[in-house]
Amino acid sequence: MTKAREPHGICALDVMFAAAKLAGRAAFLPYFPIGYPTYDESLRAIEAMAAAGVDGFEIGIPFSDPIADGPTIQAATQVALEQGATVQKCLECVRQLRARGVRQPMLMMGYANPLVAYGTDRFVTDAREAGADGLIVPDLPPEEAHFFADSCAREGMALIFMLAPTSNDQRIDLASANASGFIYVVSLTGITGARAELPDNLTSFIGRLRARTDKPLVLGFGISTPDHARQVRRMVDGFIVGSALVRAGGEGVEAVRELAGSLVAAIRG
Amino acid sequence: MSELYIRRDLTDLPDARGYFGEFGGRFVPETIMPALDELDSAYAEAIADPAFHEELSHLQRTYTGRPTPVTHARRLTEALGGAQIYLKREDLAHTGAHKINNALGQGLLAKRMGKRRIIAETGAGQHGVGTATAMALLGLECHVYMGTVDIARQQPNVFRMKLLGAEVLPVESGSRTLKDAINEAMRDWVTNVETTFYLLGSALGPHPYPMMVRDFQSVIGMEAREQIQAQAGQLPDACIACVGGGSNAIGMFHAFRDDEGTELIGVEAGGRGIDSGEHAARFADLNISRPGILHGTRSYVMQNDDGQIMETHSISAGLDYPSVGPEHAHLRQLERAWYTLATDEEALEAFQVLSKLEGIIPALESAHAVAEAIKRAPTMPKDSLLLVNLSGRGDKDLDTVISVLDI
Repeated sequence: MTKAREPHGICALDVMFAAAKLAGRAAFLPYFPIGYPTYDESLRAIEAMAAAGVDGFEIGIPFSDPIADGPTIQAATQVALEQGATVQKCLECVRQLRARGVRQPMLMMGYANPLVAYGTDRFVTDAREAGADGLIVPDLPPEEAHFFADSCAREGMALIFMLAPTSNDQRIDLASANASGFIYVVSLTGITGARAELPDNLTSFIGRLRARTDKPLVLGFGISTPDHARQVRRMVDGFIVGSALVRAGGEGVEAVRELAGSLVAAIRG
Repeated sequence: MSELYIRRDLTDLPDARGYFGEFGGRFVPETIMPALDELDSAYAEAIADPAFHEELSHLQRTYTGRPTPVTHARRLTEALGGAQIYLKREDLAHTGAHKINNALGQGLLAKRMGKRRIIAETGAGQHGVGTATAMALLGLECHVYMGTVDIARQQPNVFRMKLLGAEVLPVESGSRTLKDAINEAMRDWVTNVETTFYLLGSALGPHPYPMMVRDFQSVIGMEAREQIQAQAGQLPDACIACVGGGSNAIGMFHAFRDDEGTELIGVEAGGRGIDSGEHAARFADLNISRPGILHGTRSYVMQNDDGQIMETHSISAGLDYPSVGPEHAHLRQLERAWYTLATDEEALEAFQVLSKLEGIIPALESAHAVAEAIKRAPTMPKDSLLLVNLSGRGDKDLDTVISVLDI
């Protein structure tokens, strides 16, 4: 059994945001799926990013039918499934990363069905024990949170909800009232995937959210380059890069290390 | 003012959260949650407006050709020597299947909501054709997602959709069948939700779709219940319908929900047999099917131990789907409806028998329901009655059947 880190869960995220805020920048949380391009390489990619100084992780649990994902993550998670990725192996991976000294907060990101199949309560307990700090389920709106809410509260794990440009005031209030850890802000009306430009109405969208919630805001979807990172580093409390890093992962661990390093440099510059 | 086209009781499920007992709900990305709320309100408003019922009812009479008849299958009944078999003839609805009922209903709703871009998914192509037809009639832009495996086995319907002015978008991901077409349609909706209406074709998906699709299909059972009493002087001992997502079945079952003497029988695709593992019988093979979440709803889902969705097999594209509408899961749990299966082989046999004895070529989907009637009728007395929902006609399946049967 791994020794428990202190702090863990929601507290670990609070500490992460406080440290980034002190440095006057947003926290950077890369997304990477377990099992892509192989189990071993995904572990090494995450370790390389940890060493490059990222602030936290979204650890992707592959699913056969990822309806919120674009072609890059669809293809990568398909490869991961062919490599034999399972929920069990994803948890094992977190355990190994902790054993190898990765200290940053880690959020498990996976669609509802594999987690339900594993057992929601058992999943939250085992994820906590493995060393994860929270949970992002892209097809679980606050209305259906009851599937995970009690277990997460008991284990002190963050249960992350999303808001999108289409979310109205009522839904912003709903997510805010239920949020623990942070709110995942979907930057655009669409699915995941690298984009050349950030959406031009981003400032007003973030402003609209800030006016109704004081929860930390973490921006994701479409953020791909150091230039994007510079644009958002003072706008939000954190940001996520997924598809661009996954694409780099296809080229090898070195490419991931390089892109993650340039993103870290961009927010610290 | 005529009777309302869609009739609902206050006791009818789903509840306000979209649940039928423990099944249903809304498991979708946040981006489309507001659109589901908007759809829910627009639909509630529409069915509270007699003009909406009147408009839909008018189109169904003058365009679809409703009511569709109920036919006494005399020679089939005689050959089996048991229960009287009656067929509800959805194959005679315009476009050749029940799918048009829902396509017109949702199409009118889309128009009321001011949405001009319509997307849909299709498996067998019947919902795609129904939607393309309704959109041609209503003057709306239509895009249909279809897996490339289904495109290959349902060529005539692909051509029909194109003729009707729809764009057919091939889906190459996953198993390249209905499941993947729904994934792709949902991704499109997530991206274009502000301008787009997703015209979902079966009684599945996030709330309010299972309720709305059932309501638009409930005309099948409402008509059939009156017709069978007028023609046979009694209610059926059992209603039989095939179940893929389950829209024709729920449309038939709904009107009979309070008739305790009428059994409700859903027939799933047994494919190459349960033991082969190649089937789409969600309720029959509880080793690989259990409650789970797919395409926004909680229902029975065929999945491996790790919760990954399994690929299914059926000779009929319309039944080739790893989950089932949540209301069916609920009816099964209540033991109000019973679910059985017919294999590819049994469906093919029924396909030929009905063609030869009644001069009706059924869709391969509907042939599954006919197969169950063929099994069941000989065990029942001659004064008993089976009502089979013949949900579509088989012209679209001729290529498949010719290649299998070597006629």
